[in-house]
Amino acid sequence: MKCSEFLQELTNYLDGVIDDRTKSELEDHLAWCHNCYVVCDTTKKTIEIYRDSRLYELPEDLRSRLRSAIVSKCHSRKKAGPEGV
Amino acid sequence: MGTIQPKVVEPVSDELALVQAAKGGDVSAFEELVRRYDRNVFRIAQHITQNREDAEDVVQDAFLKAYGNLNQFQGQSKFYTWLVRIAVNEALMKLRRRRPERTVSLDEEVKTDEDSLPREVADWSPNPEQQYNQAELRDILTRTIQGLPASFRTVFVLRDVEGLSTEETAQALDLSIPAVKSRLLRARLQLRERLSRYFQKREGADGKLNRESGDGNQ
Repeated sequence: MKCSEFLQELTNYLDGVIDDRTKSELEDHLAWCHNCYVVCDTTKKTIEIYRDSRLYELPEDLRSRLRSAIVSKCHSRKKAGPEGV
Repeated sequence: MGTIQPKVVEPVSDELALVQAAKGGDVSAFEELVRRYDRNVFRIAQHITQNREDAEDVVQDAFLKAYGNLNQFQGQSKFYTWLVRIAVNEALMKLRRRRPERTVSLDEEVKTDEDSLPREVADWSPNPEQQYNQAELRDILTRTIQGLPASFRTVFVLRDVEGLSTEETAQALDLSIPAVKSRLLRARLQLRERLSRYFQKREGADGKLNRESGDGNQ
């Protein structure tokens, strides 16, 4: 397996959606190709860091303000009837 | 090497009942749906628009649009996937208004495979995120993801940050499954490469943020 072929399968491999035969070929490749091993390992870390970082959390005060605004508009649209929705 | 653990998705067993009640005019049922998904919609919107005020507008507009169109929701997908589709469209509209000089589309031309081939293969420190304090890390992650094209960023956020499946992401973005997979691969590889500038092992270096060399190049 070439490095470019490995990369094409990287997403399926990391997501665990791959058949056993391809998985075993990929792991054979990883065993001797240090560059692909590093790319695979650091790609996995990239995903985990973004997933854990909780960027852009919605602060509670803003959250309630937005929710109140949404609910109040839903009520007024309801009163206006289907045409107002 | 292990696989990425799927993100745990909250049970949605009562969701259809809430949607049905909301369709019947029960605003408190709709409020419960807002409470359930407002954080996700906000995160997605801010990732796409990269602007907090726009993200706030998107949260309001997306939920109001969902409320106004509940009758069109047939229950063939999860309510959340349907809502994400609305939110992504609203967010892209904001982005287009803010950056009219650049065409923003989920269908934008993706570059050739060679552009995604890794050039930096230096290994990272064992716990790279611990090299930086929280504010620095957020800054690095934000600026790094901002450098991605909107089409890559959106797929990455839905799949890897919000934990939608490939099929749900395809449904929410109206893309084919191969298109989602191709964008996801490129997004992951580009982010990895950009983060390598900050997280790679450095002999004798203290690992501090180097804003000059580490910035995105777009």
